[in-house]
Amino acid sequence: MVKTTAKKASSRTAKVSSKSAASARPAQPAVISAKNLSLTFRTDDGPVHALSNVNLEIGKGDFVSFIGPSGCGKTTLLRVIADLEQPTAGEISVNGMTPEAARLARAYGYVFQAAALYPWRTIEKNVALPLEIMGYTAEERKKRVARTLDLVNLTGFEKKYPWQLSGGMQQRASIARALAFDADILLMDEPFGALDEIVRDHLNEQLLHLWETTNKTICFVTHSIPEAVYLSTRIVVMSPRPGRVTDVIESTLPKERPLEIRESEEFLRIAHRVREGLRAGHSYDE
Amino acid sequence: MRWLSEGKTLPVLTVVAAIVLAWYVGTFVLNAPFERDQATRAGTEIGFSQLLSRTMAQERPVLPAPHQVIEELWDTTVAKKITSKRSLVFHAWITLSATLLGFAIGTVLGVALAIGIVYNRAMDKSVMPWVIASQTIPILAIAPMIIVVLNSVGISGLLPKALISTYLSFFPVVVGMVKGLRSPEAIQLDLMRTYNASGSQTLWKLRWPAAAPYLFTSMKVAVATALVGAIVGELPTGAVAGLGARLLTGSYYGQTIQIWSALFMAAALAAVLVMLVGVGERLVMSRMGERP
Repeated sequence: MVKTTAKKASSRTAKVSSKSAASARPAQPAVISAKNLSLTFRTDDGPVHALSNVNLEIGKGDFVSFIGPSGCGKTTLLRVIADLEQPTAGEISVNGMTPEAARLARAYGYVFQAAALYPWRTIEKNVALPLEIMGYTAEERKKRVARTLDLVNLTGFEKKYPWQLSGGMQQRASIARALAFDADILLMDEPFGALDEIVRDHLNEQLLHLWETTNKTICFVTHSIPEAVYLSTRIVVMSPRPGRVTDVIESTLPKERPLEIRESEEFLRIAHRVREGLRAGHSYDE
Repeated sequence: MRWLSEGKTLPVLTVVAAIVLAWYVGTFVLNAPFERDQATRAGTEIGFSQLLSRTMAQERPVLPAPHQVIEELWDTTVAKKITSKRSLVFHAWITLSATLLGFAIGTVLGVALAIGIVYNRAMDKSVMPWVIASQTIPILAIAPMIIVVLNSVGISGLLPKALISTYLSFFPVVVGMVKGLRSPEAIQLDLMRTYNASGSQTLWKLRWPAAAPYLFTSMKVAVATALVGAIVGELPTGAVAGLGARLLTGSYYGQTIQIWSALFMAAALAAVLVMLVGVGERLVMSRMGERP
């Protein structure tokens, strides 16, 4: 397929160009890199500083969580990476390109807070939606839908409509949709925020497994400390007014993570540091 | 008897009975002065029972009795050949053909305008006020002019009448479809943006299916107004044929029974048309996986 080879070529150039840019973590090429990134929304009540001087390097295969209270700009940052918002100052590159070029090259899959499935499409048709738009052949579409639905354990639900599925299954379908094409970045905006804890645990486990098997770079927005610590290789702690990065924590947890790891001392130590970081950046009497 | 007490049948029948009763009372009250007048002129006395039976059987009543209208309807639909000029089916078909053509043109025009308004900033700013202004002009004023103007350029017959239907029926479609095409949620649109979908892909894969329920709702209104447009369009054509012509000749010659039966035919036609759109809606929406 023409499209896939083009994408491979673009990710190769990203590796080359990032060699010079990646200063903080030279071992891995930077997939996403932000320098002094700022975004100010003009509103009737005056300017809102959603992002202020954000510096960030995300390497290939990283699982990065953005955590912070509401209004800290974590979703905005994700939307800037996705070219859904335009920064007002600073630089950002995705795969070595501008976010717009990366979006046009279909470099990422985006999972929203709600599943955002189209109610008039069956699950398989929903997963096939990006493939239809990107011009994959019917045969290729069928193959990929089957593969990605299997990846999120939804085989057997192909012909169901979204309303026939539970909230957790709908969100899994939306993850399958983001995985169906060959984007090697996955941007997830509080995808499990609306789900109960048992379902969330289960999906967290599945997501880790998926990340291991696909080696994608994942940016994950959350406001749950255990979720961030459990999933991530790096945790970016953010704080509001203005939205900024206050701490970046490298996880020392092994790549293999059973759910029980959340009771280990190491896990609790990292969680504690995240909590400290959140507390430092945010005064609760506001 | 359970079906009677549980379903809608009993309430509906009750209301119908009440209306029919009120109608008969009205018939008596409105037609009685004429009979009394006649009796006075002839110098005779008229009893109540005689008065009652005569008010129900006048040739040109102020208000015809229900059974007179039903009799006329039966006489002009079932008892006449369809090709006869005195057949109400013949006239209804003429009106219906103009209605359907006008409705089809109106729907296509309405959808096209709505797409233009949603996708083009200039059209968004400029077209809507004109669309609304078009509906503030009384159709009775503009219908003869459309007929006359089109006739002078050699277009006559079905199309001018259909265009008057179009004039009325495109409006609900524009308003409904603008709303419908703008109904997708922000994240559904963002999703299309992340796929780098083209404008037409976003239209056909997201906006259009999202607008389907709105389209059917507007079409139900549009098909009924299209019928009104066709009837109005028949009035200035010299009353040759169609339900509008039946209404006009009826009023010329004081044939109130004919007027009422034409009115009932028009109402029945509108009901059937709206129902057909409803059936189409159910078929399409169930194919689109709507929750039953």
